[in-house]
Amino acid sequence: MSEIAAAVKGNGKSLKELDRAVIRFAGDSGDGMQLTGEQFTTESAWAGNDVATLPNFPAEIRAPAGTLFGVSSFQLQFGSHRVYTPGDRLDCLVAMNPAALKVHLHDLKTGGLLIVNTPAFDKRNLDKAGYAANPLDAPALGERYRLHKVDMTGLTHEAIKDLPLNTKEKDRTKNFFALGLVSWIYTRPLEPTLEWIGKKFAKNKDVATANTRVLKAGHAYGETAEIFNEHYTVEAAEMVPGLYRAMTGNRALAWGILAAAQRSKVPVVYGAYPITPASDILHELALHKRFRVRTIQAEDEIAAVSAAIGASFGGAIGVTGSSGPGIALKAEAIGLAVMAELPLVVFDIQRGGPSTGLPTKTEQADLLQAVYGRNSESPVVVLAPATPGDCFYVAYEAVRIAAKYMVPVLVLSDGFLANGSEPWLIPEPETLPPIDVQFRTDADGFFPYLRDPATLARPWVRPGTPGLEHRIGGIEKQDVTGNISYDADNHDHMVRTRAEKVRRVAQEIAPTTIQGPGTGDVLVVGWGSTYGAITAAVERAQAAGRSVGSIHLRHLNPLPPDLGHILREYRRVLVPEINSGQLVRMLRAEYLVDAVGFNRVRGLPLASDEIHEAITQLLESQA
Amino acid sequence: MSAGGPGAKEAPKYTKKDFESDQDVRWCPGCGDYAILSAVQKTLPDLGVPKEDIVFVSGIGCSSRFPYYMNTYGFHTIHGRAPAIATGLKLARPELKVFVVTGDGDGLSIGGNHMLHVLRRNVSVTILLFNNRIYGLTKGQYSPTSELGKVTKSTPLGSADRPVNPLAFALGCGATFVARSVDRNIPHMEEMLRRAVRHKGAAFLEILQNCNVYNDLAWNVMYDKESRLAHELRLEPGKPLLFGPPDDRRAVIMDGVVPRVVRAADTPESALWVHDETNLNAAKLLADLFAPDFPVPIGVLAAIDAPVYEEIMLEQERRAISERGPGDIARLLTSGDTWKIS
Repeated sequence: MSEIAAAVKGNGKSLKELDRAVIRFAGDSGDGMQLTGEQFTTESAWAGNDVATLPNFPAEIRAPAGTLFGVSSFQLQFGSHRVYTPGDRLDCLVAMNPAALKVHLHDLKTGGLLIVNTPAFDKRNLDKAGYAANPLDAPALGERYRLHKVDMTGLTHEAIKDLPLNTKEKDRTKNFFALGLVSWIYTRPLEPTLEWIGKKFAKNKDVATANTRVLKAGHAYGETAEIFNEHYTVEAAEMVPGLYRAMTGNRALAWGILAAAQRSKVPVVYGAYPITPASDILHELALHKRFRVRTIQAEDEIAAVSAAIGASFGGAIGVTGSSGPGIALKAEAIGLAVMAELPLVVFDIQRGGPSTGLPTKTEQADLLQAVYGRNSESPVVVLAPATPGDCFYVAYEAVRIAAKYMVPVLVLSDGFLANGSEPWLIPEPETLPPIDVQFRTDADGFFPYLRDPATLARPWVRPGTPGLEHRIGGIEKQDVTGNISYDADNHDHMVRTRAEKVRRVAQEIAPTTIQGPGTGDVLVVGWGSTYGAITAAVERAQAAGRSVGSIHLRHLNPLPPDLGHILREYRRVLVPEINSGQLVRMLRAEYLVDAVGFNRVRGLPLASDEIHEAITQLLESQA
Repeated sequence: MSAGGPGAKEAPKYTKKDFESDQDVRWCPGCGDYAILSAVQKTLPDLGVPKEDIVFVSGIGCSSRFPYYMNTYGFHTIHGRAPAIATGLKLARPELKVFVVTGDGDGLSIGGNHMLHVLRRNVSVTILLFNNRIYGLTKGQYSPTSELGKVTKSTPLGSADRPVNPLAFALGCGATFVARSVDRNIPHMEEMLRRAVRHKGAAFLEILQNCNVYNDLAWNVMYDKESRLAHELRLEPGKPLLFGPPDDRRAVIMDGVVPRVVRAADTPESALWVHDETNLNAAKLLADLFAPDFPVPIGVLAAIDAPVYEEIMLEQERRAISERGPGDIARLLTSGDTWKIS
């Protein structure tokens, strides 16, 4: 925490100005930590800060109370400058029970604020968390951290003792006490939360009143209790002027599809089978029937992609979404779309694997599956968004490319982008590139595999068009005529043609932006959700005078045409990924550069500190 | 662009030839598929649907080559997935007339799950399941409809798994139209095709089909003249279940909840089982009847009205648009909590 200035306010408590802070709310799955974090995020966005969030919750729906694996947490970083990540080390940890303390304490900075709910530290909860003795009684805790033991449960009950709610219902409001208290500590406005409570519990006045009172009680407690002698303010960030909203990656993908449906004037069919962390895309799209988006909750992953392909054959935009295990099941059908040369958009919201793996945790280990993971030569376009808000543009672009080139486009998001949110500058939809879908209706000279000379796309024909009746399918076809062909030379020609068609998507790629000098010692190359951590690490290294640059790839297949040249302008290339080295393998194979990986596969986003350290080590090793 | 459902456009007067594609048919000489193809091409002109509004979707297997031979739109897809692909197609284009052509392996083994769900959802597709009780394209392994103990390349000592009954399966899935015909009974097959294509919702037509290379005469009970006379039970609505040669007519009656074969002459009219296509319980009993102990029913076992999947989905869309207007992305983007930074 860098402290810029200090002031003293009328209540005798000093107000310190910070440029950024990292906070984590942690508690039982039932303690409402996700909600608390989301509301604190909204308050921070209202305060004009840039924000990045990291929700982290167990896969179990109602994990047993008090257990270590049942801990749910929400971390965010907010700042007066651009915030790229949810932060590495915590400035403040709110632990609602012993399990939360045990799981998260090691991330708190020495001297950091530690706020605990004391009544939760009873024998039963201590046993469940594996504490032999109450850690709050150990003097070391208070010496190492600024420990605040608060009877949140008791103060909550006291604030609403006259309301006709039962003990359990009253208990459930204590997260608002925590929210009120931390809102005071960081001078967040309560208005957005008060408004939210009013709307959310409009039909249940007692609960609305209880939450409101408890929120204010927490806030007042911070202001008046003797134990908090200072609090903090974080100035509004200098952000691009405009209208903002909070955006999560999954919602942004869904809205990108809606924007594409409206712009192309073509209906969308979204086929999906529920799977974490992709289900919210289905939920979101199902809300927006007015955009002519038709959602199918299919019987399985294969049916989901098959329905999308059937829709594309019918002249709609077929889209499917899943996570890694589901994408594996869809592989054969994606191959059909490659062969039939139909547009198809596939969202892969990556999670920890293999197999069921870590359903609610993030990973970047499906890159090779996306690029190469089908039988035979079956090239597809692969895109990856860098931030939650970027998901909107990437989904839109995926539809545009799929329709223009008649190819499947895979989009690699991940659990971190899917559930994480950021303040997002709302775009003007008309500034998005046009999606110009031309269905062939002219029967004159028609063949199903005639090709556009620029894109090599074959014509897209809606069944129902007279005179253009034709048959396509998964069997190899003669180019142009589309007749079944087992001819050796035709197959070789078609393999090359399908590859060339994907390769030509490179003409859509804008020149690569290099963060930093065009030439130097170390180039950090990333893709997907590591954008924030890499950018923060590289900016830090640059501020220290290091000759370091970074690029972030949105196009993973085909790769940007200028990439080979850029890689050679640096002495070393570092590729941080949340996998055991997938992009680095592709870059080494494609460009014969001696790129090295930085790889951690822990189900968590990479920390900018560790990337910074990897940069430093690479610089020193070559010195 | 077509709209308004099959038949909304004036269809030209077609002949069988209009539905024949220019592709060489590549089934084995003598295959039962030829007769089915011919029957389909012959009945389609009666449907009154422009041929550009017709789509044949198939999976993998001998039967799935069907679309290539039809001069309509066609999509030869991947093994077992045709019902799912047809579902997506109908959702995108409810006005099209969509056929799914499949076999006992494609439709009941690798694609059994999709078959279950297309029937359960009652998507308006006409499903033609060619049942030859064998895997033909992969050259002679037993299929999920092969009889227990079937000796094939993959089961030299006989198969150990009991067969599935396609009609019972379809009824169990909640199918709203279930019928059976035979490849060598062309007039009946044409009649069943005409019934199936007019059904609103998913229509399931099992066609007993001969694979003369790997499982010749598997349905001989329905081919052999004498056997057919003894066993064929024509289901006709409002008619009693009577079968057998004129001099030895038999009736199927219900004895409690158990079907029994009795001599027709000895049975009072009041005891006869009169076929009712809307009685699903009766249909489930009929589905289980087979030679040698029972006759083999052919015809429409069940035909009921039920909500149609794509109609419900499209109605939801129409209602959403009529109540709140078409979607507007600019408005959506700025809806809810937003804040201005200047």
